[in-house]
Amino acid sequence: MDFPLFHLDLVGNRIMFAVIAILHVLINHALAVGAIPLITLMEWWGQRTGRSEWDRLAYRILAVCFIVTTSVGALTGVGIWFSASLANPSAIGSLIRVFFWAWFFEWLVFVTEVSLIMAYFLTWKSWTGARKPAHIGLGVALSIMSWLTMAVIVAILGFMMDTGTWPEAPTFWRGVLNPIYIPQLVFRTPGAMVAAGAFALLLAFFFTRKGDGFRAQAVRFTSAWTLGWVPLCAAGAWWYWRVVPEAMGANVAVALTTQAFESWHRTVGYLILASAGVLVLVSLWGVTAPRRLPRLALVLPVLLAFALLTYFERVREFVRKPYVIGRYMYANGIRPADYPLLATDGVLAHATYTPVRTITDANRLAAGRAMFNIACTRCHTTTGVNGVVKKLTDLYGTDPWEREVVEGYLRTMHNTRPFMPPVPGTEAELAALTDYLLELQRNPQRLPGAQSVGVEVPDQETPAASRADASGDLHAGRGGPTLLARPVTPGSDGETSPQVGTHDPLASPH
Amino acid sequence: MELTGPIPIPHDIPLPLPVDQVVAQALIVLLFLAHILFVGFMVGGSVLTVVCEAIGLRRRPFDGLARTIAATVTVNKSLAVVLGVGPLLAINMLYTVYFYSANALTGYAWISIVPLVTLAFLLTYAHKYSWEKWAAAKKAHIALGTCGALLFLFIPLIFLGNINLMLFPERWTEVRGFFSTLLLANVLPRYLHFVVACMLVTPLFLVGWLTRSGSPLETLVPGFTRPQLRRGLYLVTFWGVCVQVGAGLLVLLTLPVHGLSHLMVAVILLGAACALVALVLLRREVWVTAPDVGRYFVPIVALLTVTALCMGYGRHLYREGAIGWHRQQMAAKTEEFAWASAAAQWRFATGAGAEDENLPPGERVFKAACASCHAVERVLVGPSLTEIAGLYKDNPGGIVTWAKNPGKKRPEMPKMPAFRLPDEKLLAAAEHMLALGSGQEAPPPAPSAPDADAAPATQPPPDDPAQPAEP
Repeated sequence: MDFPLFHLDLVGNRIMFAVIAILHVLINHALAVGAIPLITLMEWWGQRTGRSEWDRLAYRILAVCFIVTTSVGALTGVGIWFSASLANPSAIGSLIRVFFWAWFFEWLVFVTEVSLIMAYFLTWKSWTGARKPAHIGLGVALSIMSWLTMAVIVAILGFMMDTGTWPEAPTFWRGVLNPIYIPQLVFRTPGAMVAAGAFALLLAFFFTRKGDGFRAQAVRFTSAWTLGWVPLCAAGAWWYWRVVPEAMGANVAVALTTQAFESWHRTVGYLILASAGVLVLVSLWGVTAPRRLPRLALVLPVLLAFALLTYFERVREFVRKPYVIGRYMYANGIRPADYPLLATDGVLAHATYTPVRTITDANRLAAGRAMFNIACTRCHTTTGVNGVVKKLTDLYGTDPWEREVVEGYLRTMHNTRPFMPPVPGTEAELAALTDYLLELQRNPQRLPGAQSVGVEVPDQETPAASRADASGDLHAGRGGPTLLARPVTPGSDGETSPQVGTHDPLASPH
Repeated sequence: MELTGPIPIPHDIPLPLPVDQVVAQALIVLLFLAHILFVGFMVGGSVLTVVCEAIGLRRRPFDGLARTIAATVTVNKSLAVVLGVGPLLAINMLYTVYFYSANALTGYAWISIVPLVTLAFLLTYAHKYSWEKWAAAKKAHIALGTCGALLFLFIPLIFLGNINLMLFPERWTEVRGFFSTLLLANVLPRYLHFVVACMLVTPLFLVGWLTRSGSPLETLVPGFTRPQLRRGLYLVTFWGVCVQVGAGLLVLLTLPVHGLSHLMVAVILLGAACALVALVLLRREVWVTAPDVGRYFVPIVALLTVTALCMGYGRHLYREGAIGWHRQQMAAKTEEFAWASAAAQWRFATGAGAEDENLPPGERVFKAACASCHAVERVLVGPSLTEIAGLYKDNPGGIVTWAKNPGKKRPEMPKMPAFRLPDEKLLAAAEHMLALGSGQEAPPPAPSAPDADAAPATQPPPDDPAQPAEP
């Protein structure tokens, strides 16, 4: 409503976000959080046993981690911010207001982490002999810092899934100590270790020679590492799923696959168990008979670990729907608390960027497009990935849709599809949105985003009078006005939970 | 500046700022300067690396110098990125609406920063770690480094477009993508200012780091003496500062006036004065102080630090001045919206907003949950009520059982979603459906589209949906 809306009408914003975020998670977990302690352990073991092969292997693995984490890893981390600000500016803007100090602390840790990895890598060959213990100390410090950066972010991820008691009293610590935080962290930590073990197994094979007795030892070492973390990972997974709240549990069947394949979720569950099983079996094999481990078995664990991590993130993103921030903000960036007002006055009456305020017969389609832009494009495209035309065709077929039917569906779909937020706004706006969708069926047209066509503001709105005063007094804005002194407490009044949408007669007390 | 057309006044994020304004503003100015310093070392370092390597084709010692500079870029570029996250966080928090609006309006360019910087980093690594392997193909190696340096030179332009655009909401409706932001009055002059700054801070950094006493100069850059190196690097800084004075003036003159203030201009001029004093000292270092060149290093750095602080603070004053009026209007609008929203919530909570309150419960649930798929006489998505009434005559409980856990029975229809509603609501809806389907109750007016008659009313003999799915 209040931001120019970046929109990718072919692949959707979510794909852009997912590619960057998942790449970051894989690198962060497998090449930093999990890998650094493994490398440090290997370095220490080499020093203890006095065998330089361990030291050399540890250095080579670190070189890969260093190059990748300081380039792709660091940049995709920043990229999550960039893409979040494009995909859902209201959500990330709100999260920053709540978690500024958490992120600030995380940033300090991040600066330390990057300084330490440069020190750890670049001094490897000069800090030898008497300085070796100090160098191993660098590895330990780096391990702690890598884990800490993840530990802070998981608090925010947990918050987005379940805001806990925060909506009743929005304070920083209530946000941090949300119900999902600790269980997810307990799950992610060993998960990162397992992923790093699988990755290191592959590298250990590459960086050693055939017929060299050391290769078997290296394979055994990394397999044992993976295997050691598996029980903790399983326990963490069990705890995590137990705390995923009831409301989300209801969505899990959909989250695991997509809506169309809802019934397959059992099969997918078995697939996950099977992948985890294969991971364990390969690691067991690597520990007991490292010489006879086939090449394919080296690639499999890392692929499976990456696939499982990706899957886990996909599910995590999906189960929090229809919210982007649990119970506080819908995925469309609008707060449930504002729905009653928008139902009375209209979304377009309050939106900043719309060509239309009041709907007339002449501007219905423009109004409908503006509604679609505001209420739908954070998740949907017109005819691209997750496109609305396809969704409605699945329900109502390829014959011209009936306007009453589509309108009726839009009005109530959140009742039957619990992952969808209600459509915000007035009846007239719902009708305009319907008209736009019908027009899309007749005449499918791409909807370009603000990044290519810019933004529109209704013509009648002219610069306010105080504009001139401000330029007269050169310091009108210095020190800044107070930005909303009165915080809005969402859903603090129990019964009128923000979930209550205006088009939601099911929820009305009876 | 002539203002025409409407100006967008958005609502702000309706949550209080987590930080005192003064603290936030100090954070932005200081953290940003730390970030931009290392960006300068990164951009300047990568450019100097390829320039020195190219000179090294003719004069061997320069190749060693180039390689040593490349090694500093490895560290400086990583610090540039991590130190950027702090000011990014601060600017996201304090200027949320302004910054995100600019980001979205330049969206393609903005998001391409991520792959472009990644690529630039990987190219610099490739350049640095292939120095010996590619010794025979020196020109190709230089070309590799040049690609990295050019990327480093281009990327800041995207940032400059953004941080300029965010200051001028009156321009937001005119912008069409990133390249149109380059036409904003101040973008290109500031870009020039930035590039020159990179080229003058990097040699100064190298004087301090590379030629520090105790640095193993003979092994690092054989063929250079310490005074020689210092004088050469100082010379680059000297000309950099000279150009920068002109570039700075250009930036000041092209700034849209409505953000200017006397204080801001005074702060900027103070910074410029410090730079001029530094220039005098630099001149002495290059042409007068030999052989103990380097004795003014500390005062030069101190003076230029004051210059940088003044410029950073001056920028900040300008920013606050440029958006001050807009911010006040936004705050007022945000507050107004918050009150109106609270009032509407209250009205809704007290029942004034619920239109369907008077409907009987069965009809209400039916309309909300069932009617988008089931019509009385025809097939919308699922079977018609008439057909359902035939299947479940006098058995509304069967409908409830099915609705709670539906199977997939008809290949031509999508699977029905499960309904998690209290049994009594489902039962009421089921009774209403049977009443409608058997004609005991008048059907609702909608849907009654013109082509309703054309919809197929005939269906293949239905299975009993209450039974478990067939094997």
